[in-house]
Amino acid sequence: MIELAGISKSFVTKGKNVEAVKDVTLHIKEHEIYGIIGFSGAGKSTLVRCINLLERPDSGKVILGERELTNLSDKELREARKDIGMIFQHFNLFPSRTVFQNVAYPLKGRGLSKEEIKEKVLELLKLVELEDKENAYPSQLSGGQKQRVAIARALATDPKVLLCDEATSALDPQTTHSILKLLKQLNQNLGITIVIITHEMAVIKEICDRVAVMEHGKVVEEGEVFEVFANPRQEITKAFINTTSALRKIYDLLEENSPVVALKPGEKILKLQYLEKSVSEALISTISRKFNIDCNIIFASIEIIGDAPLGGTIIIAQGKAEDIQEAIRYLKERNILVEVLKDGGNH
Amino acid sequence: MAEIIENLLPHVVEKWQELLECTWQTLYMTGFSGIISFVLGLALGIVLIATRKGGVLQNTVLYGILDKIINLFRSIPFIILLASLIPLTRLVVGTAIGTKGAILPLIFGTVPFFSRQVESALSEVDDGLVEAAAAMGTSPIGIIFRVYLKESIPSLTRVTTITAVSLVGLTAMAGAIGGGGLGDFAIRYGHQRNQIDITFVTVIILLVIVMILQEIGNLIIKRTTH
Ligand SMILES: Nc1ncnc2c1ncn2[C@@H]1O[C@H](COP(=O)(O)OP(=O)(O)OP(=O)(O)O)[C@@H](O)[C@H]1O
Ligand SMILES: [Mg+2]
Repeated sequence: MIELAGISKSFVTKGKNVEAVKDVTLHIKEHEIYGIIGFSGAGKSTLVRCINLLERPDSGKVILGERELTNLSDKELREARKDIGMIFQHFNLFPSRTVFQNVAYPLKGRGLSKEEIKEKVLELLKLVELEDKENAYPSQLSGGQKQRVAIARALATDPKVLLCDEATSALDPQTTHSILKLLKQLNQNLGITIVIITHEMAVIKEICDRVAVMEHGKVVEEGEVFEVFANPRQEITKAFINTTSALRKIYDLLEENSPVVALKPGEKILKLQYLEKSVSEALISTISRKFNIDCNIIFASIEIIGDAPLGGTIIIAQGKAEDIQEAIRYLKERNILVEVLKDGGNH
Repeated sequence: MAEIIENLLPHVVEKWQELLECTWQTLYMTGFSGIISFVLGLALGIVLIATRKGGVLQNTVLYGILDKIINLFRSIPFIILLASLIPLTRLVVGTAIGTKGAILPLIFGTVPFFSRQVESALSEVDDGLVEAAAAMGTSPIGIIFRVYLKESIPSLTRVTTITAVSLVGLTAMAGAIGGGGLGDFAIRYGHQRNQIDITFVTVIILLVIVMILQEIGNLIIKRTTH
């Protein structure tokens, strides 16, 4: 659907050269929701703006479907942009226009009659559940409502792709959730391909099929969301996982020597992490039965990503040292990552 | 009643017909040069916004030239502009005196100021709107009309009002070198013959004109701000 081949872009500001995007090659498939995550300044916005050529890359090709966008004339490119909707962090609605007029904006000058425009706009407003706000001005809407109007406006030309640059970053978690749900519905019902830029791990986990992790202008890791976050290879990816995983709390507890992690002889604190999609057996009860050890779950953080659990569990295992060793071996065979975080010593 | 007015404003009553004519001349000068300055200034302001660095039709050479010319004209005091434009005025309108002769200097005095004001009004438009419009496939010309102009109607109205008010002031000054109008009237009688009541009434009339302009402006701003 979207091919980015060797995209590079740098800016010169105050005589300094900033390489915002360095030789990025990506393939975004039709009908998927593709996430691009990275910290501020990683070059995400610049990269996504290269897709609709709001930013002309210094080198590299952008191909949408069959067409190489980087080869089009300005006029052809403007026509092609009607296939690519875009929404923004700050919504960018026209304040002087009503909700209706905002959504009608991209429909003007396309040979449609007034009635056709009206019908289309009302249909779009219904899709984003804002039929009753037709005559409101943007200043009268909440952030979430504004983003819905922006989505309706972006969809007016029936695009094949929707680019979202930090579309939920200005919204509270609940509103974020409702906007993401709407995007997911659009993806499923209209088959629209969605590219989402974010610095929030939660957004990626909630709706993306695949993800690219960006750092210093480069894509450092890419793949299915589950694979990437189950087996993070880069430090930065691990850092993003840590931002949402409750498991990292254990390290604080250990550091503080909290009573929760005080061990008696024969006890060990184990961290179990699921690395594969297949884990849905009752592992904890299996090992306690099979190896005659007591397992006390201190906490668990398991999230469902791409229909499979991702996350892990922190347990205190009590039993004979050999039995615990056996249990660990058993778990490892089932592709569970096991770490012994603290050892209470033997009896 | 009529007696009281005659006692209070003897010279005004005596010359009320001339006063009426001068008021009309002021309105005529303001209106005529105002409309032309509005069109020219708006066009220049648009060109400045479009051609500036990062503009939708970026052209740093054109921007640089216009920028310098505007600065040059803005730095010339109006009274000097009036005097130095006499030959050109004569060439264009046939006479350098009277109401007609004042039009050209008024335009030269107003356009540079107004185009700067337009430039600043248009630059208040959020870059994000321009970006959104471009992403929706709007052409640069479309962006100028559908985004820059449409979205800045309130600020354009504000700067137009400011400019119109200062233009009324300039017409009074043009009167000083024989341009006619209320300024001329006030100088000839109020100042030179010390007929205080004439000065007083002239000021009141100018004040009313300014207030009307400002009210119209405020009304439009109120109607177009959402
Ligand atoms: N128009 C521009 N002119 C100059 N430098 C720019 C421009 N746009 C981006 N940059 C620089 O390029 C780098 C990448 O910016 P970009 O906006 O793509 O990052 P980002 O990942 O989107 O960050 P954020 O999460 O803060 O939006 C930054 O160092 C930024 O300062
Ligand atoms: Mg950004």
